[in-house]
Amino acid sequence: MKAVIMGCGRVGARLAGLLDADGHSVTILDTDTYSFRRLPPTFKGNALIGNGLDQEVLKRSGIEEADAFVATTQGDNRNIMAAQIAKNIFNVPKVVSRIYDPLRQELYSTMGLETISPTTIFAQILREKLES
Amino acid sequence: MYIIIIGGGRVGYYLTKALLSEGYEVVIIEKDASVCKIINDELGGVCIRGDGCEAVTLAEQGTSRADMLIAVTGDDEDNLVACQVAKYRFNVARTIARIRNPQNEIVFRKLGIDITVDSTNVILEHIKGELPTYPLTHLKALRETGLEIVEVRIPPDSKAVGKKIKELSLPEGSKLSLIIHKSQKPHLPSADTTIRDGDRIIAVTAPEQEEALRTVLSGT
Repeated sequence: MKAVIMGCGRVGARLAGLLDADGHSVTILDTDTYSFRRLPPTFKGNALIGNGLDQEVLKRSGIEEADAFVATTQGDNRNIMAAQIAKNIFNVPKVVSRIYDPLRQELYSTMGLETISPTTIFAQILREKLES
Repeated sequence: MYIIIIGGGRVGYYLTKALLSEGYEVVIIEKDASVCKIINDELGGVCIRGDGCEAVTLAEQGTSRADMLIAVTGDDEDNLVACQVAKYRFNVARTIARIRNPQNEIVFRKLGIDITVDSTNVILEHIKGELPTYPLTHLKALRETGLEIVEVRIPPDSKAVGKKIKELSLPEGSKLSLIIHKSQKPHLPSADTTIRDGDRIIAVTAPEQEEALRTVLSGT
């Protein structure tokens, strides 16, 4: 699989490392080269500097041939916009984005985006821990 | 008419001021408390502190009865999300987004935003109109018709100078609507009107014929 990840934070970098170790072809995008320090030393994929909301940058990342696109920047709205560009403009088959705000996550999932809210999931896990 | 504005920067502030003086019911939603205070001191209690992309904030402002939501923050992605939440959650009939990256016009249209205003392009077009190397300036896109109004300045070395309009092979679907001579008098052009050096021609054209129109009128 060819995957493009936008946002090389802790989650993005970790995911990039995991997919790369599984033998997938990974390109990771970030606006700050310093973020790439988080990538594991064994990472064989591409680390590309640039804004994932810019279609030229996305094209350079190989989004036109990508099988999957993941948006994991710190900004919910940036993730939402990038995911919609990947899905509706570049027709990437599998698009997943992180949305911290549970209400926004709910709305966009009803609109057909595949979204994950770490806020909701983590709160549930904590509740289970505390109530068990 | 009830209008909600997202973003209390300069654009949001002056827009609100203009809309209030037209007698509209207006609310601005702005994240920064100190910006809110300045607006409220100057315009009265029109500014609410909050995140205009959040459904809760929009619900509190009665967004489902709003006729229009205009998102004018400095970030394209925030404007996109504010408009989409308004449209898909609160069924606001008309959403307008300011964009700064000209590429996003097509993206936003595709993602359901009714109207985009591209502040970068507006500035660029104004400046280009002042440059001698840009004989064609976009004046206005006529929405939903696929046509635009452009201004072409006739340079002295244009091969159209001295020719009658009927002698020019204008592209299909481009119409010359108005000619302003150097004397600054406007004329409605006819087939027998002669093109002169320094004329400014206002024309209606499809964007794909723009280059052909430019070549016929200002090519050398």
